[in-house]
Amino acid sequence: MAEHELTCIGCPLGCALRVETDDTGAVVRVTGNTCKRGEDYGRREVTCPTRTVTSTVRVAGGKEPVVPVRTRTDIPKDRIFACMEAVRQAHIAAPVSIGDVVLHNVCGTGVDVIASKAVPARE
Amino acid sequence: MRHDIVIIGGGPAGLAAAISAREAGVEDVLILEREQELGGILNQCIHNGFGLHTFQEELTGPEYAARYIEKAQALGIPAQLGATVIDLAREDGVLTVTCVSRQAGLQCIQAGAVVLCMGCRERPRGALNIPGCRPAGIFSAGTAQRLVNREGYLPGRKVVILGSGDIGLIMARRMTLEGAQVQCVAEIQPYSGGLKRNIVQCLDDYGIPLKLSHTVVDIRGKERVEGVTIAAVDDRMQPIPGTEEDIPCDTLLLSVGLIPENELSRQIGVEISPATNGPRVNESLETSIPGVFACGNVLHVHDLVDYVSEEAEQAGRNAARAVLGQSAETGREIPLSPTGAIRYTVPATLDPARMQETLTVRFRVKETVKSGQIRVLLDGKEVLRRNRPIMAPGEMEQAVLKKEWFTGTEQTLEVWAGPREGGNTNG
Repeated sequence: MAEHELTCIGCPLGCALRVETDDTGAVVRVTGNTCKRGEDYGRREVTCPTRTVTSTVRVAGGKEPVVPVRTRTDIPKDRIFACMEAVRQAHIAAPVSIGDVVLHNVCGTGVDVIASKAVPARE
Repeated sequence: MRHDIVIIGGGPAGLAAAISAREAGVEDVLILEREQELGGILNQCIHNGFGLHTFQEELTGPEYAARYIEKAQALGIPAQLGATVIDLAREDGVLTVTCVSRQAGLQCIQAGAVVLCMGCRERPRGALNIPGCRPAGIFSAGTAQRLVNREGYLPGRKVVILGSGDIGLIMARRMTLEGAQVQCVAEIQPYSGGLKRNIVQCLDDYGIPLKLSHTVVDIRGKERVEGVTIAAVDDRMQPIPGTEEDIPCDTLLLSVGLIPENELSRQIGVEISPATNGPRVNESLETSIPGVFACGNVLHVHDLVDYVSEEAEQAGRNAARAVLGQSAETGREIPLSPTGAIRYTVPATLDPARMQETLTVRFRVKETVKSGQIRVLLDGKEVLRRNRPIMAPGEMEQAVLKKEWFTGTEQTLEVWAGPREGGNTNG
């Protein structure tokens, strides 16, 4: 049995959720929510929280020194810092187009890190 | 030189206004942008969460901007980059935009219509009266965002953030991910002005404390910031003696509000609303100067870019109608009265003769209203009623008015928001 306290992000109400889990980590009960979205959020956030990670990567020979990047989809929350470390090591050569893959399958998450802005080559 | 429509600013508002003006049939549209590329502030907002309303997907800022830049380019809309507008004037009914750029030098451009899309600026330290030294290491959150996300510099390693606006929250996470230590976010109000989602995903996720009803009362350091003193404030926002706490840090970020950038609007004599710090506009988003339209953050500060795009499309379309001589003769302007918990409405007046089939009125409430309701009263008679579970000052609200409600004889139009029967404010 464990209890988790969360703030729902579904709307500006920001309900204070209390999520109870059993010994296997399965959700037993969500309380404090005022709608179904709150319950869904509480369950998801306690069992498998995920986030999109956005950062920048150095560009060689580009008009700009860095290019913004993102994970194509969400990755598990506990992989954020590992993903950031991999992104910090990465570099890419200009020209860069939106959607170019910067890192394949980052940290074994099955998710690619892609460029989110075009950076032309320096003239 | 003359252009039918001149758009001042190539950010999200300018791009959407230019595209809709062209699509409404005006061939000769010119965008003037002071930076070296289009997209405005979106280019440094590399986090995701943009475009949920417009594209039904979560984009980053640069991706959202790219969709509009590509469309503008596909339509062949010309944009002058590195061009700063320094004056806006109207003489004998002719609008003149004066701008300077490295390529073209000084240009005086005559315009059939002008759309103001200059966006907003951050409130600086000078507006806050924080005592203490003036060392290096004090940045507005947006400046830090530009340094990290565009220039590739980390402006500090140990950071305190004053103000819990969304940019400050986003930067708390960004600096943490880049290896900096964010000590805390201090907010003078008893609540945060940022979105719940940002509180959770930018602060809670990384264990960064949010100190509500706290402010910075001293900044120490000679060459570089060495630390700040924060203190709790009372309900009149005065620091409470004895609650001071010294926090060592090398950087202080300020995220304390945004102000529409209306220097040009003032030069031409546009009437500014004290509630929004932006131009007072009518149903066509036209300012008090005929032919000058406004949209986006220069009109009123928005929280979602999707609404900026929507508003700018409307402004661009209306500018096109004016240039093409399609605007209906003005009838009578009815003022929109914000009542109840509403602080302001955009637009501020409405002319039923010029109104399209529907008109979106945007507004903000002064205080949080739970179990709320929006009501629209025309000559005291209710024409719209909509329940809202919650309305907060940080989230823009809207009401859609219909042309069919108006017969042309109406005198008053009241937009009201407040608690519905049994609801309560500030609960």
